[in-house]
Amino acid sequence: MINLNPLWDWFRTLHETTGINLTIFYDPFDRARFFNGFLTSLRLMAICLVASVVIGVVGAWIQRSRILLLRAVTQGYVQFFRNTPPLVQLYFFYFALGSYVRMTTPTGLSVPAISNFEWAAIGLSLYAGAFNIEIFRAGIEAVPRETIEAAEALGYSRLKAYVYIILPLAFRISLPALNNNLVNLVKTTTISYAIAVPEMLYVANQIWSDELNVPEMMNVLLVIYVSLVGLLVFVMGRWERAMRVPGYSPS
Amino acid sequence: MAAWTPDQPLIRIRDVHLSFGPVQVLSGISLDVMKGDVICIIGPSGAGKSTLLRCVNALVPIDRGSILVEGQEVHDAKLDKLALRRKVGMVFQQYNLFPHRTALDNIMMAPIHVLKRPRGEVEQEARALMRKVRLEGKEASYPGELSGGQQQRVAIARSLAMQPDVMLFDEVTAALDPETVKEVLVTIRELAEEGMTCMIVTHEMGFAREIADEIYFTDRGVVVEHGPPAEFFANSRDPRTRQFLSQIL
Amino acid sequence: MIPNATDLPVLKPFRPSSPLPGGERSDREAIRVRGFLSAHEFVTPSPRPSPLRGEGEGALRLGPSHLLFLIAALLLAVGIGQAAAAPAAPSILATLIKWTPLLAQGFALNIAMSFLAMGIGTALGFALGLGLISLHRPVRGVAWFLTEFFRNAPWLVLLFYCMLLLPFELRIGDTIIPLPGWMKSTLGLSLAVMANVAELVRGAVNSIPFGQWEASEALAFTRMQTLRMVILPQCIKRMTPPWMNLYAILTVGTPLTSVVGVSEAMTLTGDILAAENRSELLVPMYLYLLLWFFVYCYPIARFTVSLERRFQVR
Repeated sequence: MINLNPLWDWFRTLHETTGINLTIFYDPFDRARFFNGFLTSLRLMAICLVASVVIGVVGAWIQRSRILLLRAVTQGYVQFFRNTPPLVQLYFFYFALGSYVRMTTPTGLSVPAISNFEWAAIGLSLYAGAFNIEIFRAGIEAVPRETIEAAEALGYSRLKAYVYIILPLAFRISLPALNNNLVNLVKTTTISYAIAVPEMLYVANQIWSDELNVPEMMNVLLVIYVSLVGLLVFVMGRWERAMRVPGYSPS
Repeated sequence: MAAWTPDQPLIRIRDVHLSFGPVQVLSGISLDVMKGDVICIIGPSGAGKSTLLRCVNALVPIDRGSILVEGQEVHDAKLDKLALRRKVGMVFQQYNLFPHRTALDNIMMAPIHVLKRPRGEVEQEARALMRKVRLEGKEASYPGELSGGQQQRVAIARSLAMQPDVMLFDEVTAALDPETVKEVLVTIRELAEEGMTCMIVTHEMGFAREIADEIYFTDRGVVVEHGPPAEFFANSRDPRTRQFLSQIL
Repeated sequence: MIPNATDLPVLKPFRPSSPLPGGERSDREAIRVRGFLSAHEFVTPSPRPSPLRGEGEGALRLGPSHLLFLIAALLLAVGIGQAAAAPAAPSILATLIKWTPLLAQGFALNIAMSFLAMGIGTALGFALGLGLISLHRPVRGVAWFLTEFFRNAPWLVLLFYCMLLLPFELRIGDTIIPLPGWMKSTLGLSLAVMANVAELVRGAVNSIPFGQWEASEALAFTRMQTLRMVILPQCIKRMTPPWMNLYAILTVGTPLTSVVGVSEAMTLTGDILAAENRSELLVPMYLYLLLWFFVYCYPIARFTVSLERRFQVR
């Protein structure tokens, strides 16, 4: 392990000389818990990103079904999650539904079966998934009818046409909107603070309550989040450019 | 700078060079336009002809050479561009009318806001211009409600409202249906007959032959040949000219 | 080109029960649709407006039924809760009705905050947007930085920042202006709105065809005149649907202020549940709150879609 103590000591002297108190650097305990909060945030973001895309793809497929009930249920789900506050959704999941989903430990205690982190992951994935369904649906719609007919003429089944022809094209068309939504998802994960998920914001709150260094922690938080999101925006932009089909622009 | 007099060319273009990146668009173009002249510029498709018009109007800067409009150097850093554009009117291939304003508003906007003329006066003139381009009754129509030919005529009226000394026409009929091309050409011919100095970039050879005082053939950024229409179409000397004419006529 | 618009042909909705609209779609279309694609009885709205009223509403056609769905879920929850409740306790429905006036007050604060934040944010965002298209590099750079910064910052973090680090009162000379919590939160939200509006403005201005700039220049308009009379009026139309969408997102974001201590609908719901202290009230109460937001936001969403369709005529 590289000895980073000189770096941490610099922050200690910074505190002593200027009063800028960044305990997350020079205090090992604070450093550890902030880092864990950071990792928790990353974990939550990663899970929600993947799950919401899966929900989007599956949901867009279900929306094309013959069965009216399936379509109605999917539409109901989409409109519900799009037109209600994600924070209230989260509270609903954790407090209201969570109160019914309990299990008994071997010692006889009744505890929640789904932890707050898991509820946050579920709630946020469902929330972003609803938007993704709409985004993918618009992308699928934009695939020209002629292309699908050509696939049919070549003997593709419905499922095969969806997987090999429609989805790749629709994906590229919806990429800008999808990236926008995923960036928003990453920003929205901070609301899990409200149900005490120990992600970065929550841990930072604990730290500034202990160390009374609110301005420093707030600034650190802002910088980290903006940089993280900025990095994601950059990566998404590169991905968009890499996926572009030469000469094909629906817009 | 000596004051300009009508015995000097209204527009004097000398040895203009312009490149966009690695592409040489204008490679030493020179031509003169006297007051009252109608000159037509023809040639193979390429950015050169339209770009030249934009250089005259200072919409595009040149690399080398000189363009004098009424004795005023266009590519002077200290040029009053707005003053230049009051003298030079331009009509575009895509008409570029303002879609959110009526036809009459389109014509009235510039004289009111740029020339600061009183509204009543401007409105009267605008209505007269609509009559002139034979669009009486369409004053309250929006561009979206007019046909291509009608829109182009409104565009011509809009430029005329500034009372310019010279009009530039950039392939104004290229985007029109064949039926509507004629109505626009008739309008331009009337302008020419009234004595307006015109520089017209066009593919309409019959029209060019009919109204031009001088025809310029450009290819790859230079003037290859020029002359009065009768002579030009009958006895073109340069092989490139003859090849071009044989492809079109 | 209007952002997100597409000019590729799109499958129009197929409704087997109703007669095919005459004129626009012939039997030929019907047969093509019924062929391979009849399996895809998409309910897909067409991006191009069709001459028939109400046609092409596709997916959103199920509109009123969503509301019914939600109300049905609510009633079901109430019913279950009722069954589980102690017989002596007042019915769940009665409890919900009892607390409605208080909830309405809280919700009014949410709406008020959303209007204020949208107003301030739009005004600031417009100015910032003009900075984004400025011809001066330093102005553009600063505007870009501000836009990216406030677009990338999570809203909750911005709210915390404003709540904790803004003073609780402003002293200008002799006057003291108190800054209550909800006002600070509104400022925080308006910063986020500002950045998004700036981006909208930039996108809209860039989507205006270059020919408009050329024509204005040829008519000797100055840049300011061109922006004021030609470009921006055309932008307003293009900006309206995404702007309304932003308002909806803002409105469902106002409950975030409950986390930083503002006493709005979400906080009050929590307080009510704590006061009542009945576990069977949890699901109905939260569903009730969700219903309030849904009833407010869903019509806005529908209106936005219809606006979008209307503006895509060109």
